[in-house]
Amino acid sequence: MKYHLRIWRQAGPDKPGRFEDYTVDNIAPDMSFLEMLDVLNEQLTKEGKEPVAFDSDCREGICGMCGLVIDGMAHGPRRLTTTCELRMRHFPDGATITVEPFRADAFPIIKDLCVDRSALDRIIQAGGYISVNTGSAPDANAIPVPKPIAEEAMDAAACIGCGACVAACPNASAALFTGAKISQLALLPQGHPERERRVNRMVAQMDLEGFGSCSNHGECEAACPKGISIMNIARMRREFIRAGVRGA
Amino acid sequence: MSAITQTVLDAKIPPGPLAEKWDNHKASVKLVSPANKRKYTIIVVGTGLAGASAAATLGELGYNVLNFCIQDTPRRAHSVAAQGGINAAKNYQNDGDSVYRLFYDTIKGGDYRAREANVYRLAQLSNNIIDQAVAQGVPFAREYGGVLANRSFGGAQVSRTFYARGQTGQQLLLGAYSALMRQVDAGRVKLFPRREMLDVVIIDGRARGIICRNLVTGELEAYAGDAVCLATGGYSTVFFLSTNAVNSNATAIWRAYKKGAMFGNPCFTQIHPTCLPEAGAGQSKLTLMSESLRNDGRVWVPKKKGDTRPPEQIPEDERDYYLERRYPAFGNLVPRDIASRAAKAVCDEGYGVGATGRAVYLDFSEAIQRLGVDVIRERYGNLFAMYHEITGEDPYKVPMRIYPAPHYTMGGLWVDYNLMTTIPGLYALGEANFSDHGANRLGASALMQGLADGYFVIPVTIGDFLATHRPDGLKTDHPAFKEAMRGVEDQVKRLLSINGKKTVREYWWELGRIMWDYVGMSRNEQGLKKAISDIRALREQYWKDVKVPGSAADLNKSLELAGRVADFLELGELMAMDALDRAESCGGHFREEYQTPDGEALRRDDEFCHVSVWEYKGEGNEPVRHKEPLVFEYAKPSQRSYK
Repeated sequence: MKYHLRIWRQAGPDKPGRFEDYTVDNIAPDMSFLEMLDVLNEQLTKEGKEPVAFDSDCREGICGMCGLVIDGMAHGPRRLTTTCELRMRHFPDGATITVEPFRADAFPIIKDLCVDRSALDRIIQAGGYISVNTGSAPDANAIPVPKPIAEEAMDAAACIGCGACVAACPNASAALFTGAKISQLALLPQGHPERERRVNRMVAQMDLEGFGSCSNHGECEAACPKGISIMNIARMRREFIRAGVRGA
Repeated sequence: MSAITQTVLDAKIPPGPLAEKWDNHKASVKLVSPANKRKYTIIVVGTGLAGASAAATLGELGYNVLNFCIQDTPRRAHSVAAQGGINAAKNYQNDGDSVYRLFYDTIKGGDYRAREANVYRLAQLSNNIIDQAVAQGVPFAREYGGVLANRSFGGAQVSRTFYARGQTGQQLLLGAYSALMRQVDAGRVKLFPRREMLDVVIIDGRARGIICRNLVTGELEAYAGDAVCLATGGYSTVFFLSTNAVNSNATAIWRAYKKGAMFGNPCFTQIHPTCLPEAGAGQSKLTLMSESLRNDGRVWVPKKKGDTRPPEQIPEDERDYYLERRYPAFGNLVPRDIASRAAKAVCDEGYGVGATGRAVYLDFSEAIQRLGVDVIRERYGNLFAMYHEITGEDPYKVPMRIYPAPHYTMGGLWVDYNLMTTIPGLYALGEANFSDHGANRLGASALMQGLADGYFVIPVTIGDFLATHRPDGLKTDHPAFKEAMRGVEDQVKRLLSINGKKTVREYWWELGRIMWDYVGMSRNEQGLKKAISDIRALREQYWKDVKVPGSAADLNKSLELAGRVADFLELGELMAMDALDRAESCGGHFREEYQTPDGEALRRDDEFCHVSVWEYKGEGNEPVRHKEPLVFEYAKPSQRSYK
């Protein structure tokens, strides 16, 4: 199969960017989107041109390193699918495909399709943890957790930190990412001692990083490759108000 | 091969009965006082389970920690991809499990090529890991009563595996990552993402720092410390196609090897039986399907060679359930090395299925009939969906096609009981070291080892070293840093200046073919000799003809890969030399010349009951092989039988 690609090229953070057109041929339907880009990069290298820089690592949808906006959609047109899992059989032969980086003020472009998502780390750093030093844990079964609660916490914990929620949001909000972590730890009894401090600090950090506010578009949930529910944003708000009422 | 045995290495195993060694050791090591810990700087390279847990715990203790990773954030290290679970000897199921049984299973599963004292400690610490992870908020699977759930896993006859759906590695890594970020917040750990370690700096025979390339700016950076821990994972990507992440590489441990850290059992690699078969050109990696699938799936091939009928048209009596036939006691649950080799054997004989004939069926129809489709969906829903998405085939209706793929490397830098390499002050943790899995790793044991090393072992043993090596205010203006940096700079310049015809990826692919064909699932003398000469020729060509585009002054993924492939081209040769030297079959190392009459691995304990430890002797010189003899006082070696 043959594809025409319009790809965002940008030499560095402060350099101007532009779309460039490329064509790739002999693409097998079972190839992943990133393998198709590998083919393009091999082609560019042979022609003495610089390959397109893009991030990827595990190539099985779990590390969260890859992430492209494909035809205007974060991670492309398939639901519950990361860019690396997306197969070319979902694109008609001869199609023109537009490829851009995840765009947000809080995700500055490093080069071409690579962006800096370290703001997400700093949100976790502000409280996305339970303070328990190694060695001080009680026996694992000393803390029973009802199965439905454990399952709900796991649903929230499945976040891979790719940032598609931010890229898909018209406000570039990180509410789904932040809400998922706050939810996971608020649901579990282990997370209760620090819940007020956690939500206050994480929300403050999210604002400080320049992410926008959530105005309930729901685009984040639609783009999330792991199906994280916007219920987690609701729970984050409840936690935030709860912390305020308790005067934390 | 001119490899000669020289010294016998001392593993520094503590005295006393097996069950008391670790406690005795903890009671006798020297300590660094709480007030002095902040004066020490510890460099930790890697942020997977071993690296993140080590950096977090050392930070909690009060050390000043510098932590490096090649990804944009620590949470993406390849531990994240582990699916099935983590073993622990909790015996919550009351099915007769114990620390001793986990120890024994791991030693036996490793085909009696691991160190008893290390493995026993690993089994002891397995329980602490589960406690720690639960306290951190890792959402393990639970029963309705609120207690933790367990499942059984390949090669074990008890249910001791803890799991978080099919994402156990991710959840454990996020637990370690959260502990790490807490220390970053506290100012005790400083993070350096998008950095690749390209050399270790040795001063007065001791590891005192590292040289990194900042992958964003391209600048080379030097960092000094009182000790260096490498937790940089394994080297399965030497095969090009593997289940590892595309950036996983051997560069950190290989450069340490070239600075004097000896390499243990480089030929011990694990080929995982349940992966998606190769599809065609352009493929960048192979996808693993959790081994837990073998709990309910039945493996078969047609009884007729070259049978091209679709599987549903092949009647029951024309199918060969070869694992159940050959291993009636364990059936489809035999250890990984045995399942992989059996799949290769039936495909080599012409019974393989699919377009390439390099695949076998993993069939769930019997389990679906017996348990109902809902139960199967609950157990394996995410894996079935993944398979469907990749292949376009629905495994609820058609049997999966699977084939073995390189997955894990039991070999790695040689370490003593304290996890120290042969360079004082240089430690290796997790998959980067050789220590605990012998010649074959059991399922759900990699997560256990990475976390045991990072959370519980290194925090004790590194103090013992640091207590006698006081901080001396070393700075990176010491000439040793300049010299190491110059070496790295020269290599980068050289790679960029060749401007040949073939891309780095093409060389990597070619090396992968050689490794897979001759240093893969089964090996023989002739093939290994051919591999050595082919790799040498390829390496020579690489340095004359590789094409690396772009510059060293910014983000350049081709340049990153070029350095890694240069190292693979050397490591691949050492793996072949080690496989040639080890004239026996054990675990994942199968030498065709050494097998029992019915085709099982034939160990030669009289000659090879040792760790092969290789020492680098400079470019163009043959490395020298040393030995660490293995002594089995408790788990007496016997031929593994799963029949």
